[in-house]
This record gives sequence, structure tokens and C-alpha cells, in this order.
Amino acid sequence: MTTSTGTDAGLVAAEDVLLFVNAAITATGQREFRSTAYEQQLSLDFLHEYVRVNYRRVYAAALALDINDHNAALIVRGLLEHAADASAEERRTEGRLIAARLAKLPPQRVYRLFRALRAARVNNRRTRAIMRDWLAARPDPAHDAVKYRSGLKTAARHVHLRFGGTGEPDETGDFLFRPGHRTSYRHGLLDAWRRAHYEQGAVEELPFTVAEGFAARRGMKREVFLERMAPRMTRLERLRTLGQRAAGDDARLPADVDLTVMPLTRLALYVLSLGFEARSAHRAELTRALRTAARRAAGPHAGGWGRVAAVLDDSYSSSGSGEKRRRPLAVALACHFLLEALAAPGAYTPLWTSGRTDPLLVRPWGPTPLGTRVLDALELGPDRLVIVSDGWDNAPPGLAGEVLRVWRTRLDPDRRTAVVHVNPVYDADGFDVRRLAPSVPTAGVRDAEDLPALVEIAGFAEGRTGAAALYAYLDRQVARFVSDDGAGAAS
Amino acid sequence: MNRLELTGLTTRPAQVWGGIRLVPLVREQPVGGLRLHEELYTDHGHGVVDIGPRTHYASVIPHGFVADWSGEGEQSAAYGTQLGAAAGSAAGSRPAPRTARLQRHRHHRMAKRRPGDRLRFLPLHLALEGYLALHFGGPSVAWEEWSRQALRDGLSPRAEDAYMGWSVRGLGDALRVFEIHPGQCGVMVYAADALAAAFVLPHPDDYRLLHPSLVEDLYGELIHQYALYGAPVPEFAARIPDGPRLRSLAALRAAARAQEREWAEAHDTLFAGELLDSSYAFDRVYRMSSFTLWRFLPPFRTGGAGQHIGETITDHKGQVAYLKTFRLSEAQIRRGHLLHRLADADWRLAGAARALGTTEDEVVRRIRAAGFESLLRARAQRGNPR
Repeated sequence: MTTSTGTDAGLVAAEDVLLFVNAAITATGQREFRSTAYEQQLSLDFLHEYVRVNYRRVYAAALALDINDHNAALIVRGLLEHAADASAEERRTEGRLIAARLAKLPPQRVYRLFRALRAARVNNRRTRAIMRDWLAARPDPAHDAVKYRSGLKTAARHVHLRFGGTGEPDETGDFLFRPGHRTSYRHGLLDAWRRAHYEQGAVEELPFTVAEGFAARRGMKREVFLERMAPRMTRLERLRTLGQRAAGDDARLPADVDLTVMPLTRLALYVLSLGFEARSAHRAELTRALRTAARRAAGPHAGGWGRVAAVLDDSYSSSGSGEKRRRPLAVALACHFLLEALAAPGAYTPLWTSGRTDPLLVRPWGPTPLGTRVLDALELGPDRLVIVSDGWDNAPPGLAGEVLRVWRTRLDPDRRTAVVHVNPVYDADGFDVRRLAPSVPTAGVRDAEDLPALVEIAGFAEGRTGAAALYAYLDRQVARFVSDDGAGAAS
Repeated sequence: MNRLELTGLTTRPAQVWGGIRLVPLVREQPVGGLRLHEELYTDHGHGVVDIGPRTHYASVIPHGFVADWSGEGEQSAAYGTQLGAAAGSAAGSRPAPRTARLQRHRHHRMAKRRPGDRLRFLPLHLALEGYLALHFGGPSVAWEEWSRQALRDGLSPRAEDAYMGWSVRGLGDALRVFEIHPGQCGVMVYAADALAAAFVLPHPDDYRLLHPSLVEDLYGELIHQYALYGAPVPEFAARIPDGPRLRSLAALRAAARAQEREWAEAHDTLFAGELLDSSYAFDRVYRMSSFTLWRFLPPFRTGGAGQHIGETITDHKGQVAYLKTFRLSEAQIRRGHLLHRLADADWRLAGAARALGTTEDEVVRRIRAAGFESLLRARAQRGNPR
């Protein structure tokens, strides 16, 4: 794509690209089990700058991959802040990529990004146009004006947005910039916000996050408030407040949330947040929900992976941190159900590092004897071996790498078994996810649903396909992403 | 008994974090009939202990241990657990009490019997007191070199410095990210590969509760400096040699097993050798039916490997059920060595000089350098005896 391929420089570039993609998928700048939030941010900032300066087109193309929202926002910001480094044609491609990505980001992230752009004093014509287009595409400006009040205000100021065309500002404009100018609003939400200042009934008409502030100011009882707000909450808000709504009875499952439609990893996180009693009491429902989500995520690949063995890490380090609670374990649990769907029926064997066999009752505890588990898995002679682990193999250290090396070089040189390692944790010191062995491709993973795509990317890391193939893959992804622009905006 | 018997404990692969290496020790079977629990104190660990009539000392006492040999420990909850009614019953609907009353008053003695078959003791204080009280009485014969204060008060006041685990760089993080093994009953802490402490408990459940307490323990100056200035230590990663016999998975598995065995042997002989191979002077503190609480002092040999003081509970066969050690710094070993030689020579400078193979002037200089200047009469201090 950018550099000459086939040379050493091309290979190095390909390695850098994969490293950046792994980081952009896993790192969120939050605290991890083994590094602080500051270390993570420092490391990630350096990586972004390195790739932006050296491989600008790849940096932009990463927006088309399944990277996480935090990195997507960082990339957009980097591209807009340093627009002068790009040629006119590059800028056109970048613009399309940015617009497509912004449409997929959750609105609060985009408003935060706009605020960062304003703080960084990035106010060129291109930035303004991108922001204006995004704001114009929002379905209901009045809803944004209530829910993301300061965000919309900042963005509107920054792009000199005129609400209601060239003439007199419309309701939303007045709401944001001329409070008290109108005695009432025709739009229900705007008026509810006005009335909520003195009328308790109006609070319930507002979005949950806004209503929370009013409820606190009025001293409404939390349980009563949550019960009343339940119909107006988003799905995640409903799940999050579940524990507070059902006080003292944590063995209850949400009646108002359909678990089967939830994304797989999100569902796994929810399951792990339940106590052991609740999990075993609702074993059938939870397992069914997880299986359904996994089958949906597997899509056309379902049943097509042949015999699969998985080594899943449930050591203590998979408890994550206070900010990413149980994330690595949830990814492992989600991968378990996804691989079950991907493997041929009855040809899947999970091996948890702790030796436990009940996936629903996993808990993060104990050391990481990856080496012996990989040996156990290889003895089954699978077509595919998937290792889900943070890569800290410590009982004994480095055994998994040695086993995989000997397996590749001496016991299975013609590659009957495809081994792939997916790692949910970004290693701040290594600027990459931690690897087990050089011969085993490692890919970062954030959501287990992306596993089939990640395995494809990880194939490039094996070094058998050249750098040219990687760039062709990136080009394909960019083309697909830009063409189905807006298809994911509804989510 | 003059050695530490760590039978029943197997060494598992070490976990490294920066300059700290933690080696887990795993028991196949927990020691029957003994449990150990933690007791927390108020005042941020500043405590006063009465150790005799009109005698007390002040120190940092973050926690005490309670040994329970009643034999109920196998099934019972940890000492101090608050029991609530079952959820759903009438009393169970009340919220469980969230606070526990901490002990405020002064501690009476370092080891104190509690109601039932329980003994409260202050960990590491027993060991350190044993070291501080070494020949504490001072000269037993009033030779003219010794000052009146030495004859009257002995070595009092005697002080030694130690560092809290919090201030040992990297120790807190190393303990936090450490992954406890199933059945783990102990750990050996290394800073820059110098053995800082050994900690062994009778039961894995006790260990899980007391694992974080290591960061509140005392560590010697040497360990503090090693951790501060030492570079990160390397991990002993497994290496499987590419031999001609490596043709099957079974051979690979055997090679992997051999790696684990090699590490365990290497650790016990190479790393922990200085702790396990030296002979100690044991001093019985308390007898609790078939178990005995001891404290021990090393032989104080200078210029050799590290030396450790500590306390231990052994069963009737002499096997270690509980162990906690403290590594002495070189200066502390020299002090102990000097006091031993002086006492052996009945506090005669000439005799001590002969035992040390040096002159009396040199012995005087050493006494002064060791911080025992007040023991010497002014005339002797000038280095001009008789």
C-alpha cells in the first residue's frame, strides 16, 4: 500500500502494522491487571504517534478494522490535528474513513472527541465540515441538546453551527444558547427539561442520565426513581442498574432485558457479574442465551472449523482491573461458546487453565500453567488450537512457548494443526499484546465476536503470506468499510 | 533440634515482578490441628507492648497472629468471622454488620494465651526481640574496661532499624499480581535474588488471607536497598533442548516435567540453601499441646551467606507448620558475632581479641563501630588501655 513490498523494509512495516492493529483492538488507556492507566496511555500515545508519522495511510486504514472506540477516536483526532502531513488525495480518503467511523461511534464518544478537538484548537475547514456533517446526520438534535447538552453546545460553537438556517435560531438553538428566551417549547423533550426544574413528573420524561441529576437534586428515593425510569433506560443502563433495582435478591434475572439479543462478550461480562448461586440457579437460561449469541456471532462460519481445541485462561490475572473488571475472563468465556458454535458438532474441547470443566462457574483464580494445558490440547490432535490468554505463562514460565516451538519445528512441521493465540490485554511495556512464541501468531482481541476476522489477521503475522497480502487485505477492508458507509450507524 | 525441616512443602515455579521473585511453596496436605489467623489493630499499627514489670516497648504492630490448635479449625470459619442468619429467614433480612471492633488497648506480652486453645503472638517481634536481647544483660564480670552504665543497665537501650514492606520497592505490586497456587501454604520472597523472607502457614485458606500481610512485615535495610537499586531479575524460563529423542508428545511432556523438577531442586539447594542448610539456636517460646512455638537465631558467621532470624511453630515431629524469617544485614550479623565472642570470653577484651584473632585495640574499635560505645569506659574508648 505505502512501501515497496517483498523487501526487509516491507516486512518490518508489516510487523509494525500488525503491532498497531493489535494495540488498537485491545488497549483502552484503562488500568490493566499489571499496568496502571498512566502507563497504558503513555505507551499507546507513543504508538499512535509512531504509526501516524511513519505509516499514515495504514494509520487511517485502521479505522476500517474492528478496532475499539477509544482508539478510533484517538486516530480521528490524530489525523485531523496533523492534517498538514497528508497530501490532498490522502486527505480525501481519510475524510471518507473518518465520516464512516464517526457514524459508527457512540454519540458520547464523538462529542468527547469534538471537545478534545476544540481544546487542541483544531479548527480547519475540513474538521468543521466533518463535524457539521456528523451533527446534521443525528436523528434528533433536540434529544442531543438535552442528553449531551454541553457536548452539542461545544461542538456547535466550534463549527459556527446555526440552528434553523440563516434566520432566527430555532428551538434547539434557543434552548442551548438563549435559555429563558422562550416560555415553552413545542418539542416534548426540550419542554420536559424546562418543566423538570420545578415539576417532579417531568423528570420521568427525560433520558435516564439527565433525569438522574434532577432526581438527585429533588432527593427522590433511588429505588423508586429507578423503577419508574426503567422503561426509558437503554439496554445497558437497565442491566447496570439491575443490582440496585432488585435489592437483596441478586438471584433474579432481568425480566425487561432480552438476554439472547445481547452481544456475546457483553453477555459473558454480565454472566460473570452474577454470583455463583445465581449462575447455577439460571444455568439453562444463561447457557441458552450465550449459545444463541454465539451462533449469531459465528454466522456463516458456524460448524466450519473442524475439530477445535481451546486453551482458556482463567488464572487470577484474568480478573482484569477495577476499570476493566473480569474482561479477560469474559473474553475467554465468550470465546468458549463461540468456538463451540464454530467447531464441527461435538468436536470441540475446552481446557481451562485451572482444570475446571464447568464454563458457567469459572472464576479468576490460580496460576497460569499454559504449557501443560497446551500439551493436553495437542494430544487431542485438533485441526485448530485456539489459546485465549494474556500471555503471562508462569507455571513454569515460558513452557507454553517451548512446547509450541518444539511442536512446530519437530512434531508437526507440515502444519496439520493451526495454532493461534488471541490476547485480550495490551502490554504497555512491549507496545503489543504479549506473545507466547515467535512461531505462533498472536492477535489482540476485545470482543470475542471478531474472532474469525482476527484469525485471518493473525495469519499475516505467521510470515507465510507476504506483506503485499496484508496491504491488499487492508485495501479490501477500507473499500468495504467506506462503501457500506452508514450501514452500522443504526446500532 | 537445630535445623528447619520444610518437609511436606514442594517448590513451585517462581513468579517475577521487577526485582522481586516470589517462590510459592505448596503442601499436599494441610497440617492437621493448627490454624493461624490475623488480628488487626487500630492506630495505624503504632502499638505498645508490655513485656514485664515497668518494661515496655513501642513499635509498629500492624497485626498479630492467632494460633488456634483446638482442632476445630478444619471446618470452622476464620477467627473473627461474623456469622449472620441465613438469607430469607426473619433475622437474615437485616443487613449484615459491616464493622468490627478493633483492639485498642496495649498488648500484654508478645505471646499471650487467649480463651480456648488459642495463642496470640506478634509476628517477627518474637524473632527481633530474640536478636535485640542477645546478651542484653551486658558484662557479667565487672572488668575495668566496662563503663558503669554497662554494668548497671546492660545493653539498654538497644535499637535496630527495619523497613515496612510498603517501602520495599516493588514488593507491593509483586504481591498484588502474584497468582496464588492451589494448596499454596507459603512463599519465599527474594529481592534482587537475596532471600528476604520465608513465610509458611499450616493451611492454604490461612495463606490466602495472610498473603497481603507480607507487605506489612518488617524487612532489613539490605533488602530495602537491594530492591531500590537492584535491576529487574530474569525469569527462569523453561528450556526444552532439541534432543534426538524428542519425537512424540509423551517425550515432550516428560521434558516439561523435568524442567519443573529441575527448578524445584535448583531453588531448594541454590536459592534457599542459606536458610535451610544452616544450624540455628532454637529458643522455645510457648508449647501448645503437640505444637511448639520457637524463635531462632543464626550462628552469626561473618563474611558468608545471608543469615536469618525468625520464629517457627513445629509439630511433634519437628516439621515446620509456621515460619516467618527476617534477613539480617551484614552490620547486624557483625554485631551479633561480636557480642557472642565477648560473651564467650567472659567479657574480657584480651580473651575476645584472642578469639577474634586480633588485638585489643582492634576489638575496642570494633565495639565502637558496632554502636556499643557507651559500654566502654572513657579510658578504653581512647584506645589506650592500661
